[in-house]
Amino acid sequence: MIQLLAFYLFAALTVLSGVFVIMARNPVHSVLWLILAFFNAAGLMVLVGAEFIAMLLVIVYVGAVAVLFLFVVMMLDIDFAELRAGFVRNFPLGILVALVLLAELVLGIGAYQAGKLELGVPAGDAAPLVGRSNIESIGALLYGKYLFLFESAGIILLVAMVGAIVLTIRERKDTRPQNIARQNARRPWEAVVNERPEVGKGIQL
Amino acid sequence: MIGIEHYVVVSSILFVLGVLGIFLNRKNVIVILMAIELILLAVNINLVAFSAFLEDLTGQVFAMFVLTVAAGEAAIGLAILVTYYRGRGTIAVDDVNRMKG
Repeated sequence: MIQLLAFYLFAALTVLSGVFVIMARNPVHSVLWLILAFFNAAGLMVLVGAEFIAMLLVIVYVGAVAVLFLFVVMMLDIDFAELRAGFVRNFPLGILVALVLLAELVLGIGAYQAGKLELGVPAGDAAPLVGRSNIESIGALLYGKYLFLFESAGIILLVAMVGAIVLTIRERKDTRPQNIARQNARRPWEAVVNERPEVGKGIQL
Repeated sequence: MIGIEHYVVVSSILFVLGVLGIFLNRKNVIVILMAIELILLAVNINLVAFSAFLEDLTGQVFAMFVLTVAAGEAAIGLAILVTYYRGRGTIAVDDVNRMKG
């Protein structure tokens, strides 16, 4: 009973905050609604027993991605009212396409329910470990069967990080940053000269 | 226990909301990126629900990879957005086709 109640609460709040994400006038409010949607989706996943993905959703999405969005929205000085100009004009077509898409999806689910289609049988080599928590089972799978995929996910993140830095870095002309290669290439005999001047004479520079 | 259909319905509604968001906010790239995040969230809910109901953890591992790609996509997309804003002073994307390489 409490499970049913929690499911409907999380589901309704997820859908509601999804509506506000795309309808909000101010993108900052959009980001905040997006955070609420992520939290409620994490609740949905906890209900079904996937704690690891739920926690990952909170940490990665709320902690990193949503904060990144917030930074960018607040950093750029944009006239958001001007960007909303086409909102009303696009509304009828957008609603039409969305309704058609939703009808198709729900029809598909209804057909599945009515026809009693088989979901397919899992191969069994990725079943949860008996008596272990969700995290332990996923860890065994990630560091065993899916090790190479896991490491390539790390490479994807590295490439994304390097790409973001390369795209946003800005070389400034008015500063004189340290040039380490030039520093290391400099030798004493290029920079210093020993002279023994005679008395009464200066040095030729 | 709640049936899997409930989860699938929630995730389809969320998916459609994401598509609708792209349609409605065609000029505002930030909201378009957020709508894409909504779509990926719907996909993740679907994957996790099926994984839990079929008692096969592959779906959850796959959801983690989707999460990775979503994080990378958001970082790259926002970096492109910042570069674009620096060059033009606006983020209206309906005249991106004027961009020259």
